[in-house]
Amino acid sequence: MNSLLKKSWWKVLAVVLMVYTITAGLLFDVPRLAILNETIRVLYFHVPMWFGMLILLTVSVVYSIKYLGNPSQKFDNYALEFANAGVIFGVLGLLSGALWANYTWGSPWSSDPKQNAAAIAMLIYFAYLILRNSLEDEQQRAKIGAIYNIFAYATLIPLLFILPRLTDSLHPGNGGNPGFNAYDLDSKLRLVFYPAVLGWTLIGVWLTSQRIRIRAINQKLDERSEEEYIPTGSRHAAADEQSAYSRPVK
Amino acid sequence: MLWKEVKLLFRKEVILEWRQRNALNGIILYVVSAVFVCYLSFNLQRGSLNVVTWNALFWIIMLFVAINAIAKSFMQERYGRQIYYYTISSPQGIILSKILYNVLLMLLLAFTCLIVYAVVLGNPVQDWSLFVLNLLLASIGFSTTLTMVSGIASRTSNSSTLMAILGFPVIIPMLLMVIRVSKNAIDGLDLSVSYDDLLVLAAINLIVGTVSYILFPYLWRS
Repeated sequence: MNSLLKKSWWKVLAVVLMVYTITAGLLFDVPRLAILNETIRVLYFHVPMWFGMLILLTVSVVYSIKYLGNPSQKFDNYALEFANAGVIFGVLGLLSGALWANYTWGSPWSSDPKQNAAAIAMLIYFAYLILRNSLEDEQQRAKIGAIYNIFAYATLIPLLFILPRLTDSLHPGNGGNPGFNAYDLDSKLRLVFYPAVLGWTLIGVWLTSQRIRIRAINQKLDERSEEEYIPTGSRHAAADEQSAYSRPVK
Repeated sequence: MLWKEVKLLFRKEVILEWRQRNALNGIILYVVSAVFVCYLSFNLQRGSLNVVTWNALFWIIMLFVAINAIAKSFMQERYGRQIYYYTISSPQGIILSKILYNVLLMLLLAFTCLIVYAVVLGNPVQDWSLFVLNLLLASIGFSTTLTMVSGIASRTSNSSTLMAILGFPVIIPMLLMVIRVSKNAIDGLDLSVSYDDLLVLAAINLIVGTVSYILFPYLWRS
């Protein structure tokens, strides 16, 4: 993964895909449909947020599991930053969805199962971030954060199966609403949609890799300043100093 | 071997609780007062609460009782004593005995809550066997989930707030299923209607239990 992150071809791909998504998404022909009208273009900007969120959060959990197997700071940085990026995608998805729903469903919040699932996922990951910030010791923070991350993810999975059973979704493609296939007779939507999903996800990974590098640099700087200023021998003072430095670097 | 350890630790939990009954009495009084506060806030004649509200209110009270009762399962013990347990027993034994003990505690509290609630707010339940079965599954589920959450929260400085914010989102799937089955029981629907939901509820319990069993050793070691 590390070597892949340092290569640049996928960043170029991300930029190309984003340019394509924005121009094609806003300018290409879309099916003319009652109620949806031009808002069908939200497909290229809102739906990829969910794909991106799920992918980023899953990667975060994978790194949490890796951390428990082999406690290295690197894995913890990965898990935290992927979760952060997933939260950003989730919040953007909720906002864009609410804006769209306001014009098509009549109100920003309609207790749709997918909306609820997303909101619960956000609650879980905000709790994860608060849990991390309330632990002082760096190793404890990483370990307990990883444990909660895995635990919460494991309970989130049944939720995705349960919620749709409780009420029908208003989303296109659910609860008797015609989906993608019905709208999209000539596959025009797909032509932009799939590249959009890939492009947004790559942007998310890029953002995450930048944040991971900043975090790693800050940690290095902290270590170095500790070595310079603290005389060896007074271990106690060093421990105090460390907890002062180990505040989350935002 | 593990079973023997769990049995011993479980006995220790029960004996400790019984010796200092004030904590137990406290949480029972908490249940009764919570029900009474709800009853007075609705300012109702007996039995005039609508069924959906009756159901939701009952489970919300249960949720808060569970969080408060189970929160202390790890916070109560002093650091030195925890280290002592660490040296003499396996983490699996500890988490299983705590879960088992919390199930017992939750059952006691659930039935106390149900009796007081039904007396003051009326009792619309038609299918008692399903309702009690559901209560049993809910108690097991709540205790399994919250025991693990309490273990996580006890490591932090502001553990009581964290207990709630970590616990709520994790318990939502379970709570939704429980409320649904409970509504079926109140309406007296046939068991076949709730069969699927009960199965899902049991499956969630199983998942949470397994994940706790796997993850707890890592938490314990830190």
